[in-house]
Order: sequence, then C-alpha cells, then structure tokens
Amino acid sequence: MSDLLQFLFSGLTVGAVYALLALGFTIIFNASDVVNFAQGEFVMLGGMGTVFGIAAGLPVPLAALAAIMGTAFLGVALNKLAIEPARGAPVVSVIIITIGAAIFIQGAASVLFDKQIHRYPGFSGERALHFGGATLLPQSLWVMSGAAMIFVALWVFFTRSLTGKAMLATSNNRLAAALVGINTRYIMTLSFGLSAAIGAFAGVLVTPITMTAYNVGIGLALSGFAAAMLGGLGNPVGALVGGLLLGILEALTAGYISSQYKDAVAFILIILLLFFMPQGLFGSKHAERV
Amino acid sequence: MRLKPKHISLLVLFVLIVMAPLFFPSGFYYRVGALIFINAIAVTGLVILIGYAGQISLGHAGFVGIGAYSCALAPVHLGISPVFAIALGAALSAGLAWIVGRPILKLHGYYLGVATLGLGILISMVLANEAQWTGGPDGIAVPDLGLRGLLRDWGFRVSAGELWYWLAGAVLIAGAWLALNLFDSPTGRALRALHGSDVAARTMGIDVPRHKLHAFVISAVYASVSGSLLALMNRLVTPDVAGFMHSVHLVTMTVLGGVGSVLGAIFGATILTALPQVLTVFHQYEHMVLGLVMILVMIFMPDGLLPSLLKRFRGRAGK
Amino acid sequence: MKTKTILAATLAMFGLAAMDANAQIRIGASLAETGPAGALGDPEAKTLRLMVEQINQDGGILGEQIQLVLYDDGGDPNNARTFATRLVEHDGVVAIIGGTTTGTSMAILAVAEEEEIPFISVAGGIEIIDPVRPFTFKTPHTDHMACQKIFEDMQERGISRVGMISGTDGFGASMRNQCLGVAGDFGIEIVADERYAPGDADMVPQLTNIRNTAGLEAVLNPGFGSGPAIVTRNYRQLGIELPFYQSHGVAGQSYIDLSGAENAEGVRVPGTALLVADRLADDDPQRDVVIAYRDAYVGRFNEPVSTFGGYAHDAMAILVDAIIRNGDPNPDPRDLRDAIEATSGLVGTTGTYTFSDSDHLGLDLSAFRLLEIRDGIWVEVEQP
Repeated sequence: MSDLLQFLFSGLTVGAVYALLALGFTIIFNASDVVNFAQGEFVMLGGMGTVFGIAAGLPVPLAALAAIMGTAFLGVALNKLAIEPARGAPVVSVIIITIGAAIFIQGAASVLFDKQIHRYPGFSGERALHFGGATLLPQSLWVMSGAAMIFVALWVFFTRSLTGKAMLATSNNRLAAALVGINTRYIMTLSFGLSAAIGAFAGVLVTPITMTAYNVGIGLALSGFAAAMLGGLGNPVGALVGGLLLGILEALTAGYISSQYKDAVAFILIILLLFFMPQGLFGSKHAERV
Repeated sequence: MRLKPKHISLLVLFVLIVMAPLFFPSGFYYRVGALIFINAIAVTGLVILIGYAGQISLGHAGFVGIGAYSCALAPVHLGISPVFAIALGAALSAGLAWIVGRPILKLHGYYLGVATLGLGILISMVLANEAQWTGGPDGIAVPDLGLRGLLRDWGFRVSAGELWYWLAGAVLIAGAWLALNLFDSPTGRALRALHGSDVAARTMGIDVPRHKLHAFVISAVYASVSGSLLALMNRLVTPDVAGFMHSVHLVTMTVLGGVGSVLGAIFGATILTALPQVLTVFHQYEHMVLGLVMILVMIFMPDGLLPSLLKRFRGRAGK
Repeated sequence: MKTKTILAATLAMFGLAAMDANAQIRIGASLAETGPAGALGDPEAKTLRLMVEQINQDGGILGEQIQLVLYDDGGDPNNARTFATRLVEHDGVVAIIGGTTTGTSMAILAVAEEEEIPFISVAGGIEIIDPVRPFTFKTPHTDHMACQKIFEDMQERGISRVGMISGTDGFGASMRNQCLGVAGDFGIEIVADERYAPGDADMVPQLTNIRNTAGLEAVLNPGFGSGPAIVTRNYRQLGIELPFYQSHGVAGQSYIDLSGAENAEGVRVPGTALLVADRLADDDPQRDVVIAYRDAYVGRFNEPVSTFGGYAHDAMAILVDAIIRNGDPNPDPRDLRDAIEATSGLVGTTGTYTFSDSDHLGLDLSAFRLLEIRDGIWVEVEQP
C-alpha cells in the first residue's frame, strides 16, 4: 500500500510537469492551430536561465523571474519571426518550423550557457517528508502546487477577463472572433508569450528534481505532446488530466510491470486511444472543413 | 520526339549521379554521395505519402530500422543471404504498415502525427532494449553483402565508397522511376485527389482508406530498403537509425526540397545530408545554422527549395 | 546549365571546409561533443584542443606543428563513420582519436582497419579491443573491468546479494550486461535488475522495488549524466542505508555537486587517479601527470575535470609519444601503428599503459582505484 502511495507521489510530480507542458501546447494550439515542438525548450530555458542567474549573483526568486520573463519574450519573438510569417502553411511545414526552432534554441543555449548538467537546491530544503510510509521531497510539493496555481489562475483568466474570453473565442472560431472585433494576431502573440512563460515556470520548479542541460528540451516536448494528445489537443482540462495520467501511468508501469518499457506504455496507450477515441479523452468534435 | 516531365526528371537524376564523381576531389565524396542516395530512397517513399497522398508520418525511421535490423539479424539467425534479408525487411515493413495503417490513417493532421510518432518510438525502443537480439544501444554488426569480393574475383577493385555510391545510385534511380510511374497511374491520380480533400475524393468514388493505405505501405517499403542499404554499407547498425530525429530528418528532407516532386525531394535529401559536412566549419554554431535553415526555407520557400529556385530561375529567364 | 551550377555550388561549399595545407602533422578526431553522450564528449574535445594548443606553443613535436581536425559526430555511429572516412580520405590524417561511445568507436574502427590508419578509442566497450585488431587501441578501462573492480570490493565486504539499476543508454546497457556476466565469478547474485531511460526525472518506483527485494545487501548503478545523480537523490529520499556503488561513468566533481554531498556520502566508485589528484602520495607515479592536466584544464575552461577528458588526454599522450619515438614528422600510418603498439610504461591520467600485440588496452585492474565520497570529495579507499 505504501508502495502504491510512493508510486503515486512520483507519478504526480512528473505528471504535474507534463500537465504544464501539455498546457503550453494547448494554449498555442488554440490560438494558432500550431503544435509547438519548441515547448520543451521553454522548460529548459526556465531552468538554465535560473541556474545562470543564480551564478551571476541574483537571489533565486529574481533569477527565476528573469528567466521566465526572458523566455516569454523569446516565445513572442518565435511567434513574430517564425510562426506568423508562415501563416497558412501545411501542418508538416509548421512541424518543421517548430522543430527547427527547437534545434536553434538548443544550439544557442549550448553556446550561450554551456553543455554541463546543472541544478540548484530545492526551495524548501532537501529533507524528505514522510506520509503513510511513503516519502516526498518538498520540491515535489512546489511542483504540484505550482501547477495547480497555474491551472486555477488560467481558469479565472479564461472565464473572467475580457482578454481571456477573447482567447477562448479565438480558439473556438478564429474567423468569427475576428469578425466581432477581436485582434486575433494579438491573441496569438499573447498565447505564445503565455505558453513560454508557463514552460519556463515549470522549468524553474522542476530543475531541483530533474536537473537540466541545454539538450533536455526535445525529450520534454515529446512527453508533453503525448500528454496533450492523450487529453485531447486544445482542451486545458484535457492537458491537466492527460499530463497527470501520463505521469502516474509511467510511475505505475515502472513500479509494477517493467521499468524498461515504461515510456512505451504511454505511446501504446495513445495509439489505442486514438483508435477508439480519435479526438483524445476530452477533445471536442470538430467537423472536418471541406 | 518530346520527352515527358518524368523522363526528364529521370534523365537529370541519371546524369547527375554519373557525372558527379568527375568533380570529386577525394574518395570521401563517394561516401557522402552514397549517404545522400540512401536517404533519398526513403525520401522518395515519403513523397508518395506526403506529397501525393497528403498524409504525414513522424515515425518512418521505424521502418528504416526494420529494414536495417533485418539485414543484421536475418543472415545470422535464418541463414539467408543479405540480399534476401532486404526483401524480408521490406516485407516485414509492408506487413506492419498494412496492419497499423488501417486504423492509424483514419486520423488527420497532428493526430496522425502523434500516432506515427508513437509507432516509430516503439520500434526504436524495442531495438534498443531487446539487447539479446539486437545488441542494444551500441548496435550490432551486419554481415557483408559480398559484392566487393565478387567484383574482386572478376578483376574489378573498387573501394567501399565507390561500390555503395553506384549501388545506392542505381537503387535510387529504380525507386524514382517507380515513384514517377505511380504518379501517372490511376492510383497516383487517386492519391492526388485525396491530397486535396478526403471528402471530395470520396464523392468522386475513390476508395479513400484503401489508397491511403497503399501509399503508407509503399512508403514503408522505400524506408525499409533505405535502412537495409544503410546497414549493409556501414556494416554496423544502432537503434539511432529508427529514432525520432531520423524521422524528422527524413520528413524535413522531403519538404525542404519540394514535397510535390521526386526530384525536389531528392534535392532536399542532398542538401540536408551534405549540410552537416559543410557546417563543420561553424563548429559550435552548427545546430543554430541547421535550425535556421529549416525555419527560413519553410517561411520563404513554402513550396520547397527546388520549385522555388526553378520559379525564380524561369522568372529571370523570361525577362 | 542549372545542374552544373548546383553541382559547382555544392562543391564550393565543400571547398570551404577544406583545411589549410600549412600544418605538418595532422591528427583527426571524431567525438560526441553534442547529443546524448555530450556530457562525455565535450570534455574530451576540450582536452584535445587544449593539448594541441599547448604542444604547438611549446614548439610542436619533431619541430612540426600539430593540426587537430576535430568533428562532432553527435554520438551517431553513422555520422562517426562518415567523419572517419572524411578524416582518412579527405583530410589525410595520420591517426584518429575518438569514438566517445562504443557504437561510434565500432564505426570508426571499421574505417581505420580498412584504410590502415591507427585509431585510439576513448570508449569503454570491451568489444573494441577484444578480439585485438591491428590498428585499434583504446585508453579507458573496459566496463568489464569496472564490474570486476566493484565486485571485488563487494566480495571483500562480504556482500553477495546485489540490486542493480542501470540506464538504457549504451553505457548503462553495456555495463549492465558485463556485470551480469561477471557477477558469478565473485559469488555475487544480482537479485534485482531495474532500468531507467536517459532523460528520466524520477527513479523512485524502480528503487522502491529494489528496496523491497528480500536479502538485498548493496546496490549498483551503472550510468552517466544526470541519471546517477537522480538515482542517488532518490536512494537517500527512500532512506536506503545499504552500501551504494556507482560506475566510472560518474567520475567527476559534477556528480557530487548534482547529487548533493550529503546524499553522495559513502558512495563507492571505480575511478582514476585524476579524481584524487591532490591526495595522491608524493611518490605516486601518476601524480605529476594528473596534476599538470588538471591544472591546465581547470585553468583554461574553469570547470572541473572528468575522467572522460582524461581518456582523451591519455590517447593524445600515447599518440604524441609514438610519433616522437617513430621519429618521422611525416609518419607512415603503418609505422605509427607499430610505434603505438610498442608503447611501454607510458604514464597517463587513467593508468600506466603498456601495449603488446595481444593487448591493445595496456591497463590492468590495478590502474583502477577504488574511490569513496567523503565530505564531498573523492578519497581513495585503503585496500589491504
């Protein structure tokens, strides 16, 4: 029983990161129909930026803030320089652009920072906490509560604020949104900035647990993409459920079945799910445009 | 007599392959040439899938892996010659593509992307983890095709680079010829119809699932043959050949050069295979330049390099 | 017309990459500076550049400057083979150093043997030098020897039931395989065998299973990069108190920093003199070599040394020594090969190398030092 609890703690910690990654995919997809494979690079930049901010003498919160702001700015630049100019390009071209961006950011990070593996101490110490025979690092609580905070804040933003509602409207129907006077280009820019900031925030929280290096982005992006697809691309609730589900499934597979094939289970599940529910768990049924 | 475009394409390809060695300053260029042709074979298959049929795959390196490991394992465990191992790999890839293609190809866009991505990752994971069969992440030796020995017995001494240059070049021409013929066939017309729109194609009475499946299976066979040749040339194969980044490379080559035409895609394979060799001068900026090339071509040459260059060239000639 | 232009353009691009013809002794290298094995290949590449710089500043060897032609193969054997071909056929190097991973080393050695160019590998796999191939040598201990060294110590401490958790990358998978094979020789039984993927964030489930294995007496973690540090943190988080062994893949200060000194306390590793440079006995034969390399590396790059850089250091040292003994500033690769094979008593950072026609590694188990982490530094364990 305590084993199960232990596996769940692991799964929830990793799952919370996946959920934030999937959320980043979702926000950008909703605003622009783009799946952004550079999403993992934002997480890397959040972590690496904080590492080097601390090394430059900044206090941790300031270093983290600087890393998040810098990454958000990069997200906006990515949209302006690479995504907007390719408006209307086929899916495969957009995939190549965002993967190209990921390779570019990774290359730049190896030059700007270095090729070493880095971490900084957890925010509330490193002593493990004990619950019901299982242990948990305080930083895991930071990750989980940080993710929860983001999801609640976004929920409020989307349902209460005018800009948030405009983003929702744009994701439902971009043409209609434009017709009622919503600046959809601004929404797109905003969504890239927001996604990048969320990714960097995840990176800031998780680096004490997972460590970071210039080349961790692509692997994170694949996991986040898988989580987003599992939940159903384009749905923030789906991103949350997909992320947590993926994290827990990986941990349970590693614990009970085979640690060698734990990553496989995620993809087997996705393929099976897509066979039976082609829109993911929470996907909306879009009519095919003819 | 007027040549058809497909004959011109084949002729251009043939002349390029035959003439290029005249300009080679060292034997190393044969190696790069052979690599280009081997990639171009897989890319030609993707032209049929992406360019003709409008479907996407982020997992075709998985089929490359199946072809490659067939040539490593079948001669040892089944006692068949490497040549038959190529055929076996192609048959396995075709079979797998046929089985998973049916449900997968109902999906569209990113959903098809993630399903094929998952398929490719699963294949590469099996290749890396089943070490008792595959040799694990460090790879496994591949038996000799025996062709060089045969040629030597006949009195021809060729280097490995030269042999594979001509061999891969010949296979590429054959593959391109098949792909170009397919383009003009009823199947090719059906595929191009469903590239535009599934629904439109369906209303025209085209059996959409069947034709998509055909394109998927054919492209899997091309990828598998490409993997087999790569394994036999390198005499060593590792799970990297089946990895996600190799899938991305193949798709990028296809789209970068010009997804609609076989010649364009082969041009893309040439650029992207040769690029790392050129980028060594940039040392640590290599990845930045590669990423930038991918982005810029997609933005400024959405039809791909070759069609855009040709258009510009014709435009200038017209003035 | 068009085709010719394209062809000419392509060739011009290659021309850019051609080397200047002034340098006299050309040494080639293909390393994984980036990619999954970048943590290993990066210090190796830095070390080679540093050494060539130093040698040339001191007037070169045999009165000639050395030119290093170094390519980044990203750890992909297909690229490594292409670059090896380029080094031999295009750049005209006299010898090749490289192959950060066993896979890339196997790819390079195929070219080296075919073209009869000496190749010194910096990867661990035993298959690189077993069977012995005429032109292929290597500097690191094999992972087979690392397993032996670890199990030897376990046997001494009376440990017989061991849990293993290894990475699924080439390094982890190869060493896991060797350890499984050799465990029986030391009366050791592997009672738990868990795996993790290189990018994994959390190994608690695997370690929970290992912890729950009945009669467990010690845990071994073959791997490199961030994996071992995360395993070490998770190990302490779960409160496992059993003796904990890491492989030579972690041998650097960064492992201690990433794990946290208090978490890494007591971890044992088969390592090299490089990590205990300051604490070597005054009469230790490796002392001068190790300190000189460490000071130069840290002074130049401002980051701690790792054993992987040390492997590259030794490869270059062996090669330079052989070129000097051969005495020809424009050596014939076959003569150079003979000179390398005649290397005897050459002191490197990893150990003292003596090659022969039946041994192209030239190290024995005694060159491995059993290290333990105490108070955040590596300390050599006194052995009876």
